[in-house]
Amino acid sequence: MERTLTLNEQCRDLSARIRRHVVMMTHRAQSAHVGTSLSTVELLAVLYACVLRVDPKRPAWHERDRLILSKGHGCAALYAVLAEVGFMPVSWLERFYLDGSRLAGHVTHTGVPGVEASTGALGHGLSLACGMALAARRNRQNHRVFVVLSDGECDEGATWEAALFAPHHQLDNLVAIIDYNKMQSLGSVAEVLDLEPLVAKWEAFRWAVREVDGHDVSALIQTLTNLPFVPGRPSCVVAHTVKGKGISFMEQQLLWHYRSPDAGELDRALRELDRPG
Amino acid sequence: MRSAFFDTLVRLAEDDERITLVVGDLGFGVIEPFARRFPDRFLNAGVAEQNLTGIAAGMALSGKIVFTYSIANFPTLRCLEQIRNDVCYHEANVKIVAVGGGFAYGPLGMTHHATEDLAIMRALPGMIVVAPGDPVEVEGATRAIAAHAGPCYLRLGRAGEPTVHPPDLVFKLGRAIRVREGHDVTLVVTGGLLATAVAASDRLRPTGISVRVLSMHTTKPVDDAEIVAAAQETRGIVTLEEHSVIGGLGSAVAEILAESPEGKVPFKRLGLPSAFATEIGSQDYLRRAYRLSEEAVADSIEQLLRAT
Repeated sequence: MERTLTLNEQCRDLSARIRRHVVMMTHRAQSAHVGTSLSTVELLAVLYACVLRVDPKRPAWHERDRLILSKGHGCAALYAVLAEVGFMPVSWLERFYLDGSRLAGHVTHTGVPGVEASTGALGHGLSLACGMALAARRNRQNHRVFVVLSDGECDEGATWEAALFAPHHQLDNLVAIIDYNKMQSLGSVAEVLDLEPLVAKWEAFRWAVREVDGHDVSALIQTLTNLPFVPGRPSCVVAHTVKGKGISFMEQQLLWHYRSPDAGELDRALRELDRPG
Repeated sequence: MRSAFFDTLVRLAEDDERITLVVGDLGFGVIEPFARRFPDRFLNAGVAEQNLTGIAAGMALSGKIVFTYSIANFPTLRCLEQIRNDVCYHEANVKIVAVGGGFAYGPLGMTHHATEDLAIMRALPGMIVVAPGDPVEVEGATRAIAAHAGPCYLRLGRAGEPTVHPPDLVFKLGRAIRVREGHDVTLVVTGGLLATAVAASDRLRPTGISVRVLSMHTTKPVDDAEIVAAAQETRGIVTLEEHSVIGGLGSAVAEILAESPEGKVPFKRLGLPSAFATEIGSQDYLRRAYRLSEEAVADSIEQLLRAT
């Protein structure tokens, strides 16, 4: 029990630091996608704090678990967590999105330790992950492959090609996590291209599916440390999240798919994040 | 060409356990020897080329040498963004193999005419582009791309192409092969029209026209030294390809000539106009319709010489 509390605290503390980085990075860079980065914060914090078997000192370690952030526009949160756990200096985050930086506005692997694959065009990550998971099994390696998808990229046909493939090949070393914040580029998922019933769809494709509150670190730890959910089947986590989570004036506001915080908004955001509890 | 490819691939796979074949539910009658021999290195990904290519990239990033295989435009155009982002940007060790280059599937109609593939694959950073001209070149090309660490595109004909080269051919990526020597005109050819080019050269020789034939199997990187030598040593250059004249061999040669001080030489591209075929037919029929037959190529060479 005590160990779980400690982990929970670690994850909440890491989440707070990631969230702070994300807001500052997007403010400095005047870049978009702050809301989509904020919805994945607890997911990434839990994955890197207590799920993924990775070693920041050996980013190319052969037996590492792989994580692909398929929703490449949410890169600020990934860069922040990679810096916080030691894959790169935290100071690199100050150069995010700026002229000559290696930290691009979509997830980019070149020159960035810890980034497994570059993404940014939606609907690519799950196929890459299937290939890595199949290769791991054929190589008789025990590492796992995690991929974080947006709900918007579940519009892409390629996502469903891969969704068919993984259960057919019984890739139980593969975990797809859907950041289901229910907002996409031009409106709510329900308005643009409704995914419901989303859980039933993945179940019908023969994935083992769990739903979780994507901001509840305790529930995330519980879910993501009990993999695979069903031996012989790939695991799918539908994480119910809030776009812009943690900053009251950004939450579930479409504008914050595009807008970056100005000086006054940054100030308000940081004060909210500093508020205890 | 198809069987030369698979025979070579099986032999290579015997010596290199990283070699993996991923097909898009096509290849009936040709993939079976590989699939039976190496069941854990074979994958039929289904009719899903985008996923197939992403999987190939993921497997390559995990240490495999992955050959993707399908027909005509399916392994290239259907999944172009996966090739650009997942394969090329990650420098993944993936070899894209298309059977049915040009009009090999002529009667099947426009969807199965692979006539812009060289141009599109050439435009991708890091991609090697090879269209072998006969079964001997197919074997050499297959070995060469397997040995090359990085993305490659291999455009095959289909079946029954005549053998042009002796079996002991030395094949190097990016290095053209002089199949006929000549001093009047250089005929540069890529892919399955190699035998036609040789026949056109042989047809003109008794008339006193000496045609050098260059097999430019690799259109990226193209052999610029041989192109410049042709401009210096012969009086005209003609390119020949079963492909649009936009972006393929003709464009590659023109680019070299335009930027070379020695490039001021009469020049003609033979290929397909940038238009969809308005009729169907066998490969021979369509080649004749588009003036890519031995007679028509010889005629174009004579016209070029008359104009100089």
